[in-house]
Amino acid sequence: MQISSRELDKTTIFDLTGDIDLANSPAVRKAVLREMRDKRTPRVVMNMSKVRYIDSSGVASLVEGLKASRDVGSRFILFGLSTSAREVLQLSRLLRIFEVYDNEEQALAG
Amino acid sequence: MKTLPAARRGQAKQRNGELNRGLLLRLELPSDPGLLCAVRGAVERLTESFGFSAEECRAVTRAVDEALTNIIRHAYSGRPDRPIELFFRAVEGQTDQNASGGLEILLCDRGPAIKPDQMCMRALEEVKPGGLGLHFIQQSMDVVEYKRANGTNRLRLVKYVHAPKQGVNS
Repeated sequence: MQISSRELDKTTIFDLTGDIDLANSPAVRKAVLREMRDKRTPRVVMNMSKVRYIDSSGVASLVEGLKASRDVGSRFILFGLSTSAREVLQLSRLLRIFEVYDNEEQALAG
Repeated sequence: MKTLPAARRGQAKQRNGELNRGLLLRLELPSDPGLLCAVRGAVERLTESFGFSAEECRAVTRAVDEALTNIIRHAYSGRPDRPIELFFRAVEGQTDQNASGGLEILLCDRGPAIKPDQMCMRALEEVKPGGLGLHFIQQSMDVVEYKRANGTNRLRLVKYVHAPKQGVNS
């Protein structure tokens, strides 16, 4: 799995590529929490369009990101969920908790 | 080299015979999280060839992945060099709804016995990280059974091939 980031006007976009599972979810968690807690970025956007699979540890990392955003008063946004990623968020009843968009344009305009 | 007494050799042979009956695939791997993607790939291909729908293939793959994650995290406390075995078998259906049979997956590890409270699922109403793996397994499979046998944790998962639902007029 690869994580890269872009910065656009008070927004950081994380581009994630590959599967998020036990082997790499700690890296996702670390990157997101650093952005929220240390850099206090007002809006953090997760580009999930190249994430084919996410497991419960990956979902837990996203939940931690969401909680951190609430703590610091920033926004945490997901876009481009695959069918598999959408399924696990539905199974965990978390889909309605996250701010989710279909694509980057909508995520940045939202 | 140690040799087992005849009685224990017989028991081991019988146990291996049970595990290998109707076997489609057997995987033996260390408890290394880096291998989870390889197992998912194998399970995806097996479930596709077994005749499951795309949604069912994803469900079985997710359940096996979450079960392995639980073994690595809880049975082996994150140690990457402990043994895990998986046995995939075809089984008969039990009702008219799954007459075409199903896929049984047995996951075996040699960690400490699982306590009953470790198999309890947390409520989903609370938004917090963690505790989702068991939910995913339960929601993805038709049968989820745990037992301890011969110093081994055995998690048995079964997914039946469900016939596509037909319309009222068909």
